[in-house]
Formats: sequence, C-alpha cells, structure tokens
Amino acid sequence: MIEIRDLVKTYRLGRVEVLALRGVSLSIQPGEFVALVGPSGSGKSTLLHVVGGLTPPTAGQVRIDGLDLAAMGDAARTRLRQRTIGFVFQKFNLLPTLTAAENIAMARHIAGHRNYDRAHFDQILGVLGIGDRLGHKPFALSGGEQQRVAIARALANQPKILLADEPTGNLDTENSQAVLEILKDLNRRLGQTTLMITHNPEAADWCAHRTVRMRDGRLVDP
Amino acid sequence: MVNRLVWQNVLHRPVRTLLSVVAVGVEITLILTVVGLSKGMLEESARRTRGVGAHILIRPSTAQAAMGMSSADLSEKLVGYFASLPEVDKVAGTTVQTQLTASLRTITGVDLESFSRMSGGLKYLSGGPFEQPFDAVVDEVYARQNKLRVGQPLELWNRTFRVTGIVEPGKLSRVFVPIATMQDLMGWKGKLSQIYLQLRRPAETDGVVADLQRRHPGLNIYSVEEFTSLISLNNLDSLKIFIRVVVGLAVVIGFLVVMLSMYTAILERTREIGILKSLGASQLYIVGIVIRETLLLALLGIGLGILLSFGVKAAIERTFPILVVSLDREWWGWAGLIAVGGALLGALYPAARAARQDPIAALAYE
Repeated sequence: MIEIRDLVKTYRLGRVEVLALRGVSLSIQPGEFVALVGPSGSGKSTLLHVVGGLTPPTAGQVRIDGLDLAAMGDAARTRLRQRTIGFVFQKFNLLPTLTAAENIAMARHIAGHRNYDRAHFDQILGVLGIGDRLGHKPFALSGGEQQRVAIARALANQPKILLADEPTGNLDTENSQAVLEILKDLNRRLGQTTLMITHNPEAADWCAHRTVRMRDGRLVDP
Repeated sequence: MVNRLVWQNVLHRPVRTLLSVVAVGVEITLILTVVGLSKGMLEESARRTRGVGAHILIRPSTAQAAMGMSSADLSEKLVGYFASLPEVDKVAGTTVQTQLTASLRTITGVDLESFSRMSGGLKYLSGGPFEQPFDAVVDEVYARQNKLRVGQPLELWNRTFRVTGIVEPGKLSRVFVPIATMQDLMGWKGKLSQIYLQLRRPAETDGVVADLQRRHPGLNIYSVEEFTSLISLNNLDSLKIFIRVVVGLAVVIGFLVVMLSMYTAILERTREIGILKSLGASQLYIVGIVIRETLLLALLGIGLGILLSFGVKAAIERTFPILVVSLDREWWGWAGLIAVGGALLGALYPAARAARQDPIAALAYE
C-alpha cells in the first residue's frame, strides 16, 4: 500500500527554489492501477520520482508498506528501488550497449537475483510477446518493442509497485494501445500496484481503476 | 553481468578505448625501455668486465662509481709489485676514459700483450692488433654503430687514429688504444686507471682480496665477482633517481589520460548512470563499473606496452648497436602495477562523480 500525506517537494533550479509538490495526499491500495493525469509542470513526474525513491521528500510522509521514505537515507532508498519498485519511462531508457535480454538481466543482477522467478518471468515474456527479440540491442528494436523490454525489465524482480512515466509518450497509436493493454493485463495477472502518468485522459480511464488529476503541485478534484 | 556491460562500453567507443590503451601502453613502454636500457647497459658492462678473465680488480680509492671512470691514479709500478706476489699468475693494467660524445663511449688503453695473456686474446674478425701509436682496435658492435672498417680513421681526443682491427665484443671495452699513447695524450705518464689480477688458484680469490685489502687500505680492491655485482641499478643512485623521474612522468601521463578518458566516458553515460540508479544500483556498484572499465583499459594497455617494448628494443638495438636493452620480466610486473595504480588514481574522481550523480538529473540528461 502506498500512503502519501501532505507531501511537499522543492528543488533548486539554478538559484531559484521550485515548489514542485505543495501538500499532496493520496492512498493507493495494493494491486490498484492508478492513472495520474495533468498538464506539464503539474508535478506528476516529481510525485512519481518521490514515490519511487529517486529523490527524498522535502516534507510530509510517503509510506510504502509502512516504511516512511522521508526517514530513509540514500542507501535505503536504493534498496527500495532494487526490491520494491519497477520503473517504466517515456524514453524507454534501455542501456544501449546491451541486448534486450542483457538489459533485463542487469536489473536482476543489481537486485542480487532476490525476487527472480523463472516461471513468473516467462509468463511476463509471454504477455509481452518479445521472446524472439531478446537477442537484439535497443537500436535494432522498434519503439514498441523497446518499451516492452523496458516493462519486462521493470517487472523482472517482481516489484510490488510499477511506476510508469508516460509509457506511451514516444509511441504511435497502435503501439500505445498495445502497451496500455499489456500494463492493464499484467496488473490484472500479477497484481502489482501500478501508478501511471499519462497525458491521455481516455487512456487513463480505459486502463486504470482510478484516475487522479494534478495541477500546480496539488491533486485536484475530477 | 557487470563485466559484460564494461566490455560492451569499451567496444562502444573504439577510438576512446584505443587512445586510452595506447596511452597506458606508451607508459609501460617508457618504463620498460628506460629500465631495460639502464639494466642492459649495466649488464653488458659487467659481462665485458668478466670477459677480461681476471679474478681481482684494483682501482684507486678516488674511484667512486662502479660504472665509468676518467682518471688514472694508480702507479704503474704496482703492476710489477702485484706480479711478484706468489698467488698472482697474471697482471694487466689499463687506462680508461669515459666520454659523453654522440653516445656514451669508453676508451681503454691496453698493453695488448699482457691483456691477451690474461684474457686469451682479442678475437679479430678483421684486421689485427696495433702497429703504430695512433692505431685503434674496436669491437664489432662499435664498428657497426659507427660504420667503421679496418684502415678507416677514428677521431679520438681530436687526434686521428687508424682502425687496425675489429674484434668480437665481450672483452673489457669497445674501443682499445695503445696504453702508452693514451697515457701521453691524457698526461697520465706512469699512471693506470685499473689493474686486473688473475690468480693461480681462483678458489682462493676471497682470501686474497681480504689479505690485499688489509695490506693496502688506500686502494679499492674487489673480486671481479663482487665488482660486477655492484654494477646494478640498486647501486647507482643517480640512475635510480633518473628511473624514478621517468617512472613518475609515465605515471602522470597514464593518470591524466585515464582521468580524461573516464571523465568523458562518465559525462557521455550520464543517462545510463541514471538508468542504473533507477534500477537500484548503489554508489558502490557504479564505482565498481568505472573501476572495472579502468582496469580493463589498463590491462589491455599493459599487454600492448609489453609488446611495444619489444619493438622499441629491436629498433634501438638496430639503430644504435652499442645500446643494449634488457627487458626484465620482473619489471613487467612492476610496470604493470605502476600503470594500474596510476590508472586507478585517474579513475577515482570520475568514479566518485558518477556515483554521486543525481538519478533524476541523470535520467533527464540529453
């Protein structure tokens, strides 16, 4: 379960202090698929980064299964990313020098092969339909294939939480639909909590259990 | 998996990799060549000293260095004295001058008759011994380096000598002139630089040396075995300092190139570092990747450097036959350690910078 209370996040942009999150409170149940929509600069990505442990909260609480990220140091948040969180990015973010299989193996290696389950992972690969593309490097894969590899990598360690930052932002309509279907299907099959940023309210409504809207660093009513 | 990533990173930027490997290779070659040249020249000098066939060497107390000398402070009368000792079989006195001309050149004045009796004689490849006061004999290596043939002139001390013979190398010196001529020219009338003794019973050498040292405290008396053992890097402080300076410069070169190379690599891979951090890679994990890549570059560079040093040795010895490069395997290890140390030092800052990267900023890096 993700429990966010009065979350404030500021960061520095040169000499200017930017208030990116201005007291966000949100609860997400285990297995829930939540879509986060809002205009650019509304704080969606910052919220995702804080929940994913990439950056600490400035104030407030972010509890994941009872553990408060505000009280965690860098090393503890690193362990959280290894074991509990899976990221999917808009730009895929695959390591360009490694094959698809090696990109996935790298995630397992970094996590120390703790939560890896071959049968479980084969099931994911079956859903993603990239079994015959694993030997290729990212430059030899289409955008849709790269994003599927990125999803496989994010789920390789069976994380409890999948964080997707505009996963269809760089894809055409056909591939966008396919990726959304995959995320929805995997959420239903594997039951991991999913928080997805999207600019597309229709896509959000179609695949998520719930849609949360943000503006100017705050959650707003629908 | 990390090794795979490191290997792929190295292959991904072949020019950067090549430059780093070549830089470390040059560092290794520089160290091995300078040490090898120093060691080779010293070993060659020791070999030529042993080639005299003497058991004991006597030098004036003013002679400091094991290598090279340019004085004659021993009285020629000592030759007769040492020849009268019952344990001494043969005696030969020489005069020596070391010159720094186009290269280091040692000219030795000898009495060919006494020297031949002791050493078994010079083996002439062409020509023969001195006939006139301004005749000279050179060894085959010196002749090859200076393109000399029998009958050709050889300039020594602003005088023109004539080469009468070319001999096999390995005995005492590369350039021989009549001792009387050299004594005249140098103002060393009745003086010698060193005296060689051959004993009737070589097994008694140490005892005879001890006895002579007790009786002649004003002379430096060595067994040839001891003297040649002194001709080593460890006993020549100025050479040691020179080698340390060259090694230091080589380390600085390796350090700077590796630092620059890894620093640009880290900048180029900012986004990848962000990806690894998003996957949960710790600071230590990131440092490990940088260090492993550095070690790989250093190891490839060491291999290349060792190969290059053989090429440089061949080139030096072909171009300058009097120079001898001795590539010591023990120094492969030392040079390797020095290069790895310099490279790791160069990788420290880039590694620390990579480890401290903010993952969000790194992921946003274009």
